[in-house]
Amino acid sequence: MSRVAPLLRAPLAGILLAAFAFALIGPLANLALWSVAERWYTPYKLPVTYGTRYWEQVFRPTGDAMSSLGTSAWIAVLTVIVALALSVPAGYALARLKLPMRSLFMIVFLLPQAFPSVAIYINVARIFYKLGINGTVLGVVLVHAAHGLVYSVWIAAAAFAAVDKDLELAARNIGASPLRTFFTVTLPLAAPGVIASGIFVFLESLDEFTGTFFVGVPQVTTLPLLLYNAAMGGNYQVASITALILLVPSVLFMLFIERFLRADVLAKVGA
Amino acid sequence: MSLSPRQLALLLITPGLALVAALFLYPLCFSLVSAFSGPEGGFSVQAFGKAFELYSGDILFTIVIVVTSCALTAVAAVAIAGTLTLSENPWVVGTLRALYRWPLFIPFVVTAQCMRTFLAKNGLMNNTFVSLGLMEPLQAVSYLDWRGIIITFVWKQTPFVTLLLAGALASLDRATLEAGRNLGASRLRVLIELALPQAMPTLLVALVLTFVTMLSVLSVPMMVAGSQPTMLTVDMAFRINAYGDYATANALGVITYLISAGAAILYLRHGMAKESAP
Repeated sequence: MSRVAPLLRAPLAGILLAAFAFALIGPLANLALWSVAERWYTPYKLPVTYGTRYWEQVFRPTGDAMSSLGTSAWIAVLTVIVALALSVPAGYALARLKLPMRSLFMIVFLLPQAFPSVAIYINVARIFYKLGINGTVLGVVLVHAAHGLVYSVWIAAAAFAAVDKDLELAARNIGASPLRTFFTVTLPLAAPGVIASGIFVFLESLDEFTGTFFVGVPQVTTLPLLLYNAAMGGNYQVASITALILLVPSVLFMLFIERFLRADVLAKVGA
Repeated sequence: MSLSPRQLALLLITPGLALVAALFLYPLCFSLVSAFSGPEGGFSVQAFGKAFELYSGDILFTIVIVVTSCALTAVAAVAIAGTLTLSENPWVVGTLRALYRWPLFIPFVVTAQCMRTFLAKNGLMNNTFVSLGLMEPLQAVSYLDWRGIIITFVWKQTPFVTLLLAGALASLDRATLEAGRNLGASRLRVLIELALPQAMPTLLVALVLTFVTMLSVLSVPMMVAGSQPTMLTVDMAFRINAYGDYATANALGVITYLISAGAAILYLRHGMAKESAP
């Protein structure tokens, strides 16, 4: 690069950037095109007829997509409740209390993400089948919560660690009980981080495919499974529209993550 | 309350640990026991014999795909993060920074669906090349095979590795890098010889996580590539859904644990070599 004449440098950088933009945006553009293509076949480079017929089909109140969207959202909300109910106490203990073997516990929460998961899920499905909770919302929620726990516990621990200890001491000095101090001082101050971890878990649950594929079938059809079924059934329009619905929260989160996770909390994640 | 702080801490963390134990550690033991059990119970490696007999090609295929994808992801991440850190052109840096993060939170299923259409024989990629005159229409081929899986993995994972690497590069001592530049080293040389060695631990952690992620993804090989050869995740799902054959599926599972353990050991050995170096 250094030997390239300075005159050639700018055009070269421009071409490389354009190629990079094409590689990044091309696949998404193709998806968007398919969602509004009513007819598209070879040798046509662009859809033959455009229309919103498939959007109407997907958003019909009685359609599969709306019920899948409902199922997905319901499962994600329940997963957040379960994950936060477990991770707020665990995060507080990891950040504030004298916990023996603290780093070992931190790693235990990471394990479900650090192992190839398919082999785990097939056995979870087998265990759930014996318990009679395979193919139920409860089973899927438990799987999603275990998977998302590393985010919620680690971020909650970081959020509690970032709370100024002096403020808690001040509350205790003027006579507040430990429990009251927690609910009126510590938790409100850690709330942005805890909410961020909840959003993380919500998205993880919304996007989760492999666990639901083994544990949820055939009764629980979330959006990713609907997308998979539509794609494998050759219905590219419904698959693309479902994919676009799933893209919305992901892209919003990518754009706003820095607002939710303050730098002082982010620096303490995993520590 | 008569609890000591220690007991209280354990009490607070127990429910979370219990969930991980029930839904990860117990199934993990289950998979190990199932993989090493014979048809009539008792210890046996019969399932591994069957797994190697039927799927040795797919085991190799999986390793090649994952290693190649990780290598290409590393190259792409170093190129992007390096440009972000060392480029003197604010216009290039701004565009790159605005673009590179987009795939970060896009789910694998959605990525797979994008690539299924984009990389097809008459997909947008080939059509664009033909329209730009880079290719004759008859030369268009479908990339929906091993190449498609690698492209999808690299596309999806590069932002994650880049994000971590760019963070590590940004926290380096600027003065050393400037000194290298002042002594006449090219930016490429400063990146490879000065900046990258210091950011290596972060890059390796990101790559190990990427490696395990790629070994866990079921949707991409199922949706992007045909049925043969395929990755071990698809073979496991097939053994279960078609035959209810848990022994072979779990043997394949243990093989994927071993492959990811291989990556982890390489990482740890690098870490130790680093520590023992003068």
